[in-house]
Amino acid sequence: MSTLHDLDAIEARIAARGVSVFYGEKRAIDDVSIDIGADYVTAFIGPSGCGKSTFLRTLNRMNDTIPGARVEGEIRLDGEDIYNSGMDVVQLRARVGMVFQKPNPFPKSIYENVAYGPRIHGLSASKSELDEIVERSLKRAGLWDEVKDRLTDSGTALSGGQQQRLCIARAIAVEPEVILMDEPCSALDPIATAKIEELIAELRGNYAIVIVTHSMQQAARVSQRTAFFHLGKMVEYGRTADIFTNPREERTKDYITGRYG
Amino acid sequence: MSNLSHQERAQRIAARLASRHASERRFRALGFLSVALSALVLAFLLVTMTANAVGGFKRAELRFQLDLAGGMLQIDPAQLKNDDPVRALEGAGLRDVVQFAAAKALGDKAAAELDSEAWREVARKIASNPALLNSSFDVSLAASDDLASGLRGDGAPQMVALAKDLAAQGKLATRFDPGFLSRSDATSPQAVGIWGALKGSMLTMLVTLALAFPIGVFAAIYLEEFAPRNRWTDLIEVSINNLAAVPSIIFGLLGLALFLGIFPYWRSAPLIGGMTLALMTMPVIVISGRNAIKAVPPSIRDAALAVGASRVQTVFHHVLPLALPGILTGTIIGMARALGETAPLLMIGMKAFVATPPEGFTSPSSVLPVQIFLWSDEINRGFVERTSAAIIVLLLFLLAMNAVAIYLRNRFENRW
Repeated sequence: MSTLHDLDAIEARIAARGVSVFYGEKRAIDDVSIDIGADYVTAFIGPSGCGKSTFLRTLNRMNDTIPGARVEGEIRLDGEDIYNSGMDVVQLRARVGMVFQKPNPFPKSIYENVAYGPRIHGLSASKSELDEIVERSLKRAGLWDEVKDRLTDSGTALSGGQQQRLCIARAIAVEPEVILMDEPCSALDPIATAKIEELIAELRGNYAIVIVTHSMQQAARVSQRTAFFHLGKMVEYGRTADIFTNPREERTKDYITGRYG
Repeated sequence: MSNLSHQERAQRIAARLASRHASERRFRALGFLSVALSALVLAFLLVTMTANAVGGFKRAELRFQLDLAGGMLQIDPAQLKNDDPVRALEGAGLRDVVQFAAAKALGDKAAAELDSEAWREVARKIASNPALLNSSFDVSLAASDDLASGLRGDGAPQMVALAKDLAAQGKLATRFDPGFLSRSDATSPQAVGIWGALKGSMLTMLVTLALAFPIGVFAAIYLEEFAPRNRWTDLIEVSINNLAAVPSIIFGLLGLALFLGIFPYWRSAPLIGGMTLALMTMPVIVISGRNAIKAVPPSIRDAALAVGASRVQTVFHHVLPLALPGILTGTIIGMARALGETAPLLMIGMKAFVATPPEGFTSPSSVLPVQIFLWSDEINRGFVERTSAAIIVLLLFLLAMNAVAIYLRNRFENRW
């Protein structure tokens, strides 16, 4: 079905096999199989409504919240089937964090935003340990210098780009293995976008990162692997350089050259 | 359209402009008029009520000296520490002593017009300050209804004459009556007070709030966040919406059949009244609560779920705090309606004549609106002013309740 370039034998953190997603009767994702490596940034590209966000949300079971959504096939995180009844969804989401399209900080203080995850999971034994986690997370998200003097200010008072980095800090405070990013820059200006992209490059290696993006330039800049989705199917998956310079599929080539999208 | 020149197009637009502006002005004028009209009606209500109520907080009082020196009362001060000092003082003959002192100071005719229960006020005064037992002090006691009417100038001719005479000597006057706020219902407008009904209303509202708020909020949370969307939840939703529209007297019948059927000895009790009103208030809280919860942006839920919060944590840490201002607004509306409700309480017997303030949730009691309803039915003209005073007390209670709710709402109000 889908065309796979010859990839190096990657250490698959997430392995999806024959995944289909249904919204009621409608099939949104059709038989997608993909291996997502731990050391790469993987980009999902494709035209609007092609199912790339839907597929992303199956990876931490955020689709569970949508009534009528149903997933078939198998998705394994480090070998464990995440749709198995033995997998606790709370545990899963602590291991697979997510950053959304629109920055959505809690209407609470900056500190509380970052501290929330570690607190509910009981990751810190003391207040000082929690302070450390907050500082480390904000530093990794490149936000510490901008907010260290106003940690008690509301998270919603920050600029859009800062809010999105706060959301990233909130996600990495739980120390997930994978971070899913659903068009994280689509609501941001170019300067804020550049900062987020830098951040993604820095985070690579510590976390497996999967990013959905509308912008092919962005995919080309930040990712090492790219999957092209069209009409619910994964058309092509391979090294980013190969996909952009030497696509195997006609549809991929048409999309990349701007024929549709 | 397309073959019009720019000029012609501008002219056509200009031709309609006048009528468009006129309609805008008309609408504004109408809006202003309706706001002004409601403000006027409200002002009229408040002014007439307050004007009447000023009289309601006063009463006609006879003033004379009461001399208890020299062992007029045969009573051991230790007896005043008993459960019922008023009865002890009655046993010692206080009633006659007061009557005798009044006759001596005011004359027999005036003394006969002393309110028959006036001695109780003296008794309470002595009970709270036993040092008065062997002293001489001034008292100002309620005059009878007849004499009070006489003082207003609308009583029997001989009463008018007597009142005029006493007033001229400074022995009879209308005085501010703080006791109105501490006494309970009585047969005479001179002796009534609002405390019994006020306390009854407070207790009833407490029960209503304690039942309707948690049940309503939890029902709203469950229906909005956890319940599956199916035919059953649709049915429940429609039922709750209908429940909010059911005439209140029907809730009274339900309370009568259900609660009084189970607890027959708690007739007229604030507990039963509060339970009945909670039935009425709960759907209002559920509906406003669901709307408030629905208005919380889904992105907040996503954010919480994505860091691994469970659904209950998501609701209680994030959704509920954001929805609370809206829920409180609905609660204010529901509680205000419950506070002013008369009909369902009549059905469960809260219209009884209750002369003592309720001791607890299960003792017989009245509530403010029912008290107002009962007094407004009285023939005695003295009750007219007392009714207005009671209405002012009800309005102030309502204002106080809303002020607390608005304070809480502003504290929880979040800006996102």
